[in-house]
Amino acid sequence: MNIEALLLSIRLALCVSAILFVVGVPLAYWLAYSKWRWKFLLEAAVALPLVLPPTVLGFYMLLAMGPRGPLGKLWHAVFRHGLAFTFAGLVIASVLYSLPFAVQPLIASFETVDRKLLDASAVLGAGRMRTFRRVILPLSVPGIITALVLSFAHTLGEFGVVLMVGGNLAGVTRTVSIDIYDRVQSLDYPSASRTALLLLVVSFAVLSAVYGINRRAGRRQWLPWAAK
Amino acid sequence: MVAVGREMSPANLAACVRKLHRGDAAPSFLLDLDVEVSPGITILFGPSGAGKSTLLDCIAGLTQPDAGRIAIDGEVVFDSEKKVSVPSQRRQIAYVFQSLALFPHMTVEANVGYGLLDTPQQARGRVAEILQMFRVETLRARKPREISGGERQRVALARSLVTLPRVLLLDEPLTGLDAELKASIIDDLRTWNAAHKIPIFYVTHSREEVDALGERVIALEHGKIVSKGTPREVLDAPRRRRLAQAAGFENLLSGTVLDLREPDGVMRVHLADSTCEIEVPLGHAAPGDRVRIAIRAGDILLATEAPRALSARNVLEGRIASLERRGAVVVARVDCGAVFTVHVTPGAGRTLELAAYKRVWLVLKTHSCHFVEG
Repeated sequence: MNIEALLLSIRLALCVSAILFVVGVPLAYWLAYSKWRWKFLLEAAVALPLVLPPTVLGFYMLLAMGPRGPLGKLWHAVFRHGLAFTFAGLVIASVLYSLPFAVQPLIASFETVDRKLLDASAVLGAGRMRTFRRVILPLSVPGIITALVLSFAHTLGEFGVVLMVGGNLAGVTRTVSIDIYDRVQSLDYPSASRTALLLLVVSFAVLSAVYGINRRAGRRQWLPWAAK
Repeated sequence: MVAVGREMSPANLAACVRKLHRGDAAPSFLLDLDVEVSPGITILFGPSGAGKSTLLDCIAGLTQPDAGRIAIDGEVVFDSEKKVSVPSQRRQIAYVFQSLALFPHMTVEANVGYGLLDTPQQARGRVAEILQMFRVETLRARKPREISGGERQRVALARSLVTLPRVLLLDEPLTGLDAELKASIIDDLRTWNAAHKIPIFYVTHSREEVDALGERVIALEHGKIVSKGTPREVLDAPRRRRLAQAAGFENLLSGTVLDLREPDGVMRVHLADSTCEIEVPLGHAAPGDRVRIAIRAGDILLATEAPRALSARNVLEGRIASLERRGAVVVARVDCGAVFTVHVTPGAGRTLELAAYKRVWLVLKTHSCHFVEG
């Protein structure tokens, strides 16, 4: 069992979940409440990673992060080194890949907050920020937990995008799924099997937690693999 | 209890609103009215779908009129011509929704303090004061789901009023409470308002509430004001059919005026498709006019023998077409040529041995028959 790969995967998943929380909450708020007529285009864009093969997403990410890609150039200008095949590159690609898993449960839970509560808040003198902070956010806790846990679990299990963007550098981009693939390729079945089992157990525990929280909160469930 | 010099003071809320009303099910209509509300309780009465809540939403800034002007204490908060629209949170209006919209995750105290921007200490003092005023101070630490319906209504009122609003809008806030509880909440509201003297705009479709609360009533139908005045004036002389139904007149009968007996203050009306003739109070009508007569089911007496020596002028013979128990009343449909709906108590129903096809006589007092303009 490759502990280094497992720890790397967990570190990646934690970074991605944290970034997705910061990015996903305002994005989901906007998607839930905006009345912009072209909003559906952005909704479709956010959902893209659900239907695209990870290799396609990984391929475009690789182009963008390469030395001649816009993201790669920008990164080089700021940090003086490339982005492809680094941990940072992996984080950026994973954020995009797991975006719908964070944003969609957030939208679903923001939308279930009774509009009358928002009206009541406004009439009582609260602006949008205050309403969001004191009414929408506390009432969306199950959705937020779902979003965090799903981002974490989905990043933990990703393979295609990592392979395209990160390659296979031990301790830098060799995540647990790549490690399993490697072991199988070199016919080291016992080791692959132990790591695979661990991933299976962790994933099952995480998803059980999500279902349990949703059930206890009595909320409408939103589980993205229905769409996948 | 309320000593408000309302004849003297200027209108505190003036709203002139035009808005195309698009209901989910009902056909759309134009909300088009001009109201002035002075301190004290003014009732906005009308059937559901008349545009009552839409008007309140416009005043509160939760929706925009297509055109119009809304001013509170002389300050314009909406003016379509000058493109003024003050957002809800700066209008200083209190609004209690039918659903109350208490924040479910907050305690009673946090709910009531939500609109206060004072320091926590000051806020706590003001919250305690208003909770006491509305008799819910012992519920401070409870969540909305842990208290009764009446208590929730008191908390919702306290939450709106603690911010010292300039206007209070109430959208059927006491629906579902029994009369006694309703009256006690209204008394507390009146006590509060005796000190603050703000205009209170109270929306309801319940005739009982109009009777119990009203000083002034504005009746709304299809987005337009159809009458204004005291509860008696608005309710007992329904001008239009839908309003009559909303006001609880179960019987609405078509007929033709036969003759006017002005010295007696009555006229005789022949009911359509029947041989019935009834005497009703004199209205603005001439012989031959088609009119409608509204009669409450509870105002009709029912007898199983031909009554004699009565002061009531209208006695009609018929047969019971159907009987149906609805809670504490028995609803009888009686066919006298014209079909009447009559309410009797279950006890009376047993004593009289009422049954379908039984021969009965209906007794109508002249002044229980309300003349409705054609």
